[in-house]
Amino acid sequence: MKLNGAQILKTLLERQGIRILSGIPGGPILPFYDVLQGSSIQHILARHEQGGGFIAQGMARVTGKAAVCLATSGPGVTNLLTAIADARLDSIPLVAITAQVPQALIGTDAFQEVDTYGLTLPITKHNFLVRSVRELLEVIPLAFTLAESGRPGPVAVDIPKDVFLATEEDVSWPAPGGRTPTARAEDEPIDHLARLIRGARRPVLYLGGGIVHSGASMLARRLSESQDMPAVATLMALGTLSPEHPLFMGMLGMHGTRATNTLLEEADLLLAVGARFDDRATGKVAEFCPRATIAHVDIDPAEIGKIKRPFHSIVADAGDVLGRLLERLAPTPRPEWSTRARELRSRHPVYAPPRTEDPLHPVNLCRLLGEILPDDAIVTTDVGQHQMWVAQSYPVRRPRTLLTSGGLGTMGFGLPAAIGAALAAPGRRVACVSGDGSILMNIQELATLAEHDLPVAVLIMNNAQLGLVRQQQELFYGRNFSASHFHAVPDFAALARSFGLPGVRIEPGKDALARLREALAHSGPIVIDIPIHDGANVLPMVPPGAPNRVMIDEREPALTPA
Amino acid sequence: MNTTLLELIVRNHPGTMSHVTGLFARRGFNLDAILCVPQADTSTSRMLLLVANEPRLEQVQRQLERLHDVLHVRQRSDLPHDVFERMAPVWSTLSIAAE
Ligand SMILES: Cc1ncc(C[n+]2csc(CCOP(=O)(O)OP(=O)(O)O)c2C)c(N)n1
Repeated sequence: MKLNGAQILKTLLERQGIRILSGIPGGPILPFYDVLQGSSIQHILARHEQGGGFIAQGMARVTGKAAVCLATSGPGVTNLLTAIADARLDSIPLVAITAQVPQALIGTDAFQEVDTYGLTLPITKHNFLVRSVRELLEVIPLAFTLAESGRPGPVAVDIPKDVFLATEEDVSWPAPGGRTPTARAEDEPIDHLARLIRGARRPVLYLGGGIVHSGASMLARRLSESQDMPAVATLMALGTLSPEHPLFMGMLGMHGTRATNTLLEEADLLLAVGARFDDRATGKVAEFCPRATIAHVDIDPAEIGKIKRPFHSIVADAGDVLGRLLERLAPTPRPEWSTRARELRSRHPVYAPPRTEDPLHPVNLCRLLGEILPDDAIVTTDVGQHQMWVAQSYPVRRPRTLLTSGGLGTMGFGLPAAIGAALAAPGRRVACVSGDGSILMNIQELATLAEHDLPVAVLIMNNAQLGLVRQQQELFYGRNFSASHFHAVPDFAALARSFGLPGVRIEPGKDALARLREALAHSGPIVIDIPIHDGANVLPMVPPGAPNRVMIDEREPALTPA
Repeated sequence: MNTTLLELIVRNHPGTMSHVTGLFARRGFNLDAILCVPQADTSTSRMLLLVANEPRLEQVQRQLERLHDVLHVRQRSDLPHDVFERMAPVWSTLSIAAE
């Protein structure tokens, strides 16, 4: 039988097990949309390609499997780039399929031609320009294999229109691509690491997103418990240990607590697993963990020694190493050290005014959300103060239940990622915590949300500001508030209604919490606008470039919302 | 300047060169000279890169190894470090011939 490139692509994606993909059509990709209509794959029509990219990311972040998004040539591609770059920095498996002008026109500045290969090269794990229909059969499974294997990441596949239309006789289907196993670590370096742990009096486990990608959260918790070894997490690893766990010290770095950063100052062994010593986590690198021997386990050899030269390193899958460490190590109580950790934690909690005084204080809001939402709820955030408040105070109890743009820090991530999460995890409650700045960056996806009627609650912490920018200006730019205040803020509840969604504004006052609970009890989509005080800061905070021990954490006076 | 030669075996297709040179530009590594010749089987090419011998060299090498189109990387300290200088006269001759 004769099939064209579009039909072949459709079948290859079906064979990959893709059930849902997102995108927006346009000229050169129309041959593919033409065959998609009769496919088992559900297409989610985003309202902006960046939204489509983040919808796919939401699916990938929840499932750990590569998700697919589509864009047409030219502006479709340039709109999608941010979501691809974001996937790269957070190691999210994404297969971005873009259409290109016909090969005969490539290089002629044809209508809607852009150098997709050149644009995606520095922001993908790998990228392809497919030159023939036969190449598709090789490239598509390979794209999934590359996206999911080793350290996951985005792969871009650019397909010229003529390749969609060209035909092939008697196609023999390749095996679907997918995660290939990583080579098992040697015994010797694991023995050595076990010796380092045995010899340590004040060891700390430093967990990064790699733990989540490896599915090794349980092993990380068991190692921490068996060795009485407190654990700290990066933003990407929140949920590995639940916040109630006595050995869990929460997030480290710029917006970590004084307890966490002090513990790291005192550590004599730092075991980094699946973490990359990002500057937001380490502060001034030269002064990070000054007393500790550093051991680094990562699946990506290029991460070893990139920022900090470790004393000992293993290139392997986190789960492989943690599991085999556990076999080698007898449970070892370190009562003095774990007591010290607990004592630091109780001495330096994240500050919030009493709930009765200020129920809509952002920290209180995050805690309340933790009480209302079920443990398996998925929370997405945008970028700014609200994101850091969630990271500090929302109790993330399971891996893959906090989806946030960590590496690129992309405002506009939250809403489409929440849509993707809801699509990938039917039956689960999803909440997107956003700011009044960020939500406007992909607000058009409210239409997508309304169309699919997904259980996503969008909570907007509304301070009429680019809050995190205002905070930096307050602390580091002599209160020169340049371009950080909005002089026009939309009525978000009315905006939601105009998209066909329920919308409420929680006015401060006695019944504020009751109204918030009521709004969240609603099981379908809803937009909840919550005015918060415009002077609230995320504290503590390490000034950019300073060592983590330098923390600004003056207590805020109890504030009443404006 | 203190330099080193890196030898790469790469997949021979149009994008490979951009992947390799892009990596140097993006990560701020120095790349002083390149020679690229297809191997006998034509599906792969051999590349010789003249790079600064700085502490980040090991990092450069790891980043190169991570590229899908790069199959093999090794340092060639056994080669005369002035290979590219030696090639210059040959090139000059070719240029004159072309004029
Ligand atoms: C796309 C994008 N543009 C700019 C920034 C820089 N930035 C970081 S936080 C922030 C303010 C975010 O404001 P808002 O969403 O209202 O959140 P808040 O800080 O007030 O909670 C800005 C502009 C960014 N992270 N992403």
